[in-house]
Amino acid sequence: MAEQTVGLTGFGGYIPRLRLQRKAIAQANAWVAPNFMGKAKGERSMANWDEDSVTMAVEAARDLLGPDDDRSHVDAVYFGSTTMPFADRLNSGIISAALTLEDRVRAIDVSSTQRAGTSALMQALAAAKSGETKNGLVLASDHRKTKAVTAQELDFGDGAAALSVGTDNVIAKYLGGASLTVDFVDHFRGDTEEFDYNWEERWIRDEGFSKIVPRAVKSALDDAGLKGEDIAHFIIPSTFGMKFITGLAKKCGLNPEIARDTLAANCGETGTAHALVMLINTLQTEAKPGDKVLVAQFGGGCDALIFEVTDKLSTMSGKRGIAGSLAERVEETNYMKFLTFNGLVEWERGMRAEQDKKTALTTLYRNEDMIMGLVGGRCTETGVIQFPRSRISVNPNKHTVDTQEPYKFAEKKAKILSWSADYLSFSMNPPNHYGMVVFDEGGRIMMDFTDVEVGNVESGMEVRLVFRVKEVDEKRGFKRYFWKAVPMPASVAGAQAAE
Amino acid sequence: MATGIKDKVAIVGMGCSKFGERWDSGPEELMVEAYLEAMQDAGIEPTQIDAAWFSTHIDDIGTGKGGTPLSLALRLPNIAVTRVENFCASGSEALRGAVYAVASGACDIALAVGVEKLKDTGYGGLPVGNMGTLNPQWSPSGSAPGNFAQLASAYRAKHGVAKEDLKRAIAHVSVKSHANGAKNPKAHLRNEVSEEQVMNAPMIAEPLGLFDCCGVSDGAAAAIVTTPEIAKAMGKKDVVTVKAMQLSVSNGLESQHNSWDGSYFHTARIAAKKAYKEGGIDNPREQVSMMEVHDCFSITELVTMEDLFISPEGGAVKDVMDGFYDSDGKVPCQIDGGLKCFGHPIGASGLRMAYEMYLQLQGRAGERQLPNPKIGLTHNLGGAPSQNVCSVTIIGAEGA
Repeated sequence: MAEQTVGLTGFGGYIPRLRLQRKAIAQANAWVAPNFMGKAKGERSMANWDEDSVTMAVEAARDLLGPDDDRSHVDAVYFGSTTMPFADRLNSGIISAALTLEDRVRAIDVSSTQRAGTSALMQALAAAKSGETKNGLVLASDHRKTKAVTAQELDFGDGAAALSVGTDNVIAKYLGGASLTVDFVDHFRGDTEEFDYNWEERWIRDEGFSKIVPRAVKSALDDAGLKGEDIAHFIIPSTFGMKFITGLAKKCGLNPEIARDTLAANCGETGTAHALVMLINTLQTEAKPGDKVLVAQFGGGCDALIFEVTDKLSTMSGKRGIAGSLAERVEETNYMKFLTFNGLVEWERGMRAEQDKKTALTTLYRNEDMIMGLVGGRCTETGVIQFPRSRISVNPNKHTVDTQEPYKFAEKKAKILSWSADYLSFSMNPPNHYGMVVFDEGGRIMMDFTDVEVGNVESGMEVRLVFRVKEVDEKRGFKRYFWKAVPMPASVAGAQAAE
Repeated sequence: MATGIKDKVAIVGMGCSKFGERWDSGPEELMVEAYLEAMQDAGIEPTQIDAAWFSTHIDDIGTGKGGTPLSLALRLPNIAVTRVENFCASGSEALRGAVYAVASGACDIALAVGVEKLKDTGYGGLPVGNMGTLNPQWSPSGSAPGNFAQLASAYRAKHGVAKEDLKRAIAHVSVKSHANGAKNPKAHLRNEVSEEQVMNAPMIAEPLGLFDCCGVSDGAAAAIVTTPEIAKAMGKKDVVTVKAMQLSVSNGLESQHNSWDGSYFHTARIAAKKAYKEGGIDNPREQVSMMEVHDCFSITELVTMEDLFISPEGGAVKDVMDGFYDSDGKVPCQIDGGLKCFGHPIGASGLRMAYEMYLQLQGRAGERQLPNPKIGLTHNLGGAPSQNVCSVTIIGAEGA
C-alpha cells in the first residue's frame, strides 16, 4: 500500500491593519527608557479594541475557508494561543460557532506555551495521518499583552494564522518532525497574572535557543530522513534579530541564507501564531514546489516540522494570507490609543459606559447561530431573506409562517444604506460608527462598524463583515461577540473610476 | 363599521408645567403643576374624573411600574389609573386612552397625565435604556441622535442633496424653533440662535450638532377630556374636539426588509394618511393650520414634513428654506418651540404638543398666537427611524 500523503491543504492569515509605529512608542517612553530609542524602527501590528485571539483566528480561518456556505468538510479545529479570552469556555468552540461549523467537529484548545501553534499543527497532522480526521483546521492566534515600557511591547505584534491539514490537494507534504520538551523557563505567566515575567535575554539566547533548537532540528531531520542541506527554508520566530537566527541556522547544520524573515520590521512577533505566520508568508513569497521547509518554534522545549512544497501551492494564489494582510495596513502613531485599547490606562469612559453588560446565556444559546454565526432566514416559499430569522416572515407581501430556512450572511456582499458617526454613545474608539447595512441578495442589519476612519464613510459604500468583540462585561469577565461591518472606501472610489 | 373619533370627544382642560432643568421639582410636583392647571381650566372637581391614563417612559417613579405614582401624587379618588408607555410617543398614548374611554361611553370625564423627570438620571441626553436580553447582543449600542442622524445620510443619497445644503436646511429648522421658543415662558430653551451658530456647534452624531438636538427636560402635561355635549353643558365655548387619532407601529419592515430606503418614516406616512381620512382632511398643505411635530432632531422634523404630506417628496429642504414652516409661514410648525426648545420630557411630550394646539385654537397662546387657526396636528414619534411608533393626532374647533 502506497504511503498516504498527509500535509497542509490550505492557509489563511490575518494581521490587524493597524501598525503602531515603534518610533511613537519609543519616543513616548524615552523619558524613562532612553535605551529603547535604538528599537524605534519599523512598525508592529496592533489589534483594534474589539479584536482578540479568537476574533483574529476567525478572520484567518475565513481567509482559508473562503466564502462558501458549506463548511461541513471541516471535522476538527485546533486552536493554539496563550491569550485565549476564556480560561474555561472552549475558545475553539466560539470559533467553530462563528465559522458555522457543524457541531460534530472536534474542537481543541492548545495552550500554555509559545509552541501551542506548532503543537496544534502536530496534533492535526497526527490525526490526519491516522485517519481519525480528514480535514483539520489549525488556528494559532495571539493578542499579546505586555506592560508599558518593555522591550516586548516593541517586539511583539498581534495576528493569526490558519492552516488546513488533510490528505487531498496537499500544498505542503509533511515529511516528519520532532518535539523536545524542556522546562526551560525563559518567561512565565502565573495563572492569576496579566503579564509575562521575563528572565535575562542573554541566557535565553545562549542556553535556550542556541542549545535546545539544534537538538529539535536534528531530531526532525532524522525523522524525515533528511540532511541539513536538503532544507530550503528555515523558519523560526525569535526576537534576537536575523544575525542571531542565521547563526542559529548554522548551528543546526542548515545553510544560514535560508533563515526566513521574522517579520520584525512590519509585524512584530505574534506569539503562538508566529511560526505559522512566517510559514504562510514564506509559502506566499519564496517557496517553490519541491522546496523543503523546516518550521521550528521555541518554548518549553522546541517543536520542529518539515514540509515539502508541492505544485498545488499555486492554487493558493488568491488568498490574502499573511503577505496580503501585511499589505493591508494603516499607520498608527497614537501610543495612548494602543495603551487604552490594551487596558493599560484607566480612563474616564463616562456614564454611558456604566451600563451593565451582563449577557443572558440562555438567550445567547437559544440564538446561537444568529449571534455567533450571523445566520438569518430565507423564506422557502417567497425567497425573501431576513435577519433575524422569525416564525412569521417580514415580507410585506406575504407574511408566510414557519417557512424559513437558515441563511448565512457573513460572507455575502453588502453596502451601507444609512450611517452616523455618534459622539454621544460610548465607544472604545469614538466616534461610534454604525448604520444600516443592506445585502445584495436581500436582507439588512443595523450594525456596528469597525476599522473605520472618521470622514471615510458614505451611503452606498461596500462593507465586509467581521466577527468582533461586541461588549466586554468587566464585572463578570465575559465577552460578547457579534459581527460588524468594515466600510471599504476603495469600493466607492472604484465605482466612481468605473463611471 | 368603525366611524372614527372625529368630534366625539372634546378637550375641556389642559395644563403644562414649565419645562426645563427642574432641579427644584420631583416628578410628583411636576404632575401636580400640570394637573392643577388643567383642573382649573376645566373647572371640575377630582370626583368628576372617572378614569386616568398616566404616561412615563424612562425612569420608574415613586412606586414603580403601575398607576399608583399618579394616583398618589394627585390624591385621585381611587379611580382607575392605567400606566402607558410607547417610547417617546407615550404622552399621545395617554391621551388616546382617555379619549377612547370617553368615546366608548365608559367614562364621562377622563384624565391624561404625562411626566418625565430626566434630570435626575445624571445624563446629558437620554439615559442608556434596557432593551431586554437579545437585542443588546447584536444591535449597535448607539444613541438617539446616532439613530436619527442616519436619516440624513439616506435622504442625501436618495434626493441627491449636497451635505452642506442639508446641513443648512436642518439648521434653519432649529433656528425657527429657537425663535418660537424664545416667546414661550414655559419653554426650556428661550434663546434665539443663528444658522451659523447651529452649523458650527459641536458634533453630536454626524451630521447633527448640538443645536440639531432637542432639549433634555423635565416636565409634565395634562389633559381632561369629555364628550362635546358634556363640555357644552359645563358652559364651555369654543369647544376643541379631537378630529383624528392614529398610531402606526413598525412591524420590522424598515429594519429587516429592503423595500425601505432609510430616508423617511414608514409609520408616519401610514398614520398621517389614516388621520387625514379620519379627520376629513383632503389637502393637508392647505387645510392644516399649524403643527407640533416630533422634532427630536432637526433632520426628523425635515423629513416629517414630507411624511405628513405637507411638503412634496424631496421638497422639504426648499419649503424649510422658504420659511414655509416659520411662525409667519403657511403652516407654522413648533410654534411653542417644539421638542427642540420647549423641551422633551418623554412621557409628557405628546400632551405638551396637544396643549399648544389647544391654546392656539382657543386664542390663548399669548405672544405666539397665530391668526385664527382651525386645525392643529400633532405628530409624536417614539423609537428610531428603522423601528418606531408614530402617533398623528388632529384637533380643531368643533365643526371645523
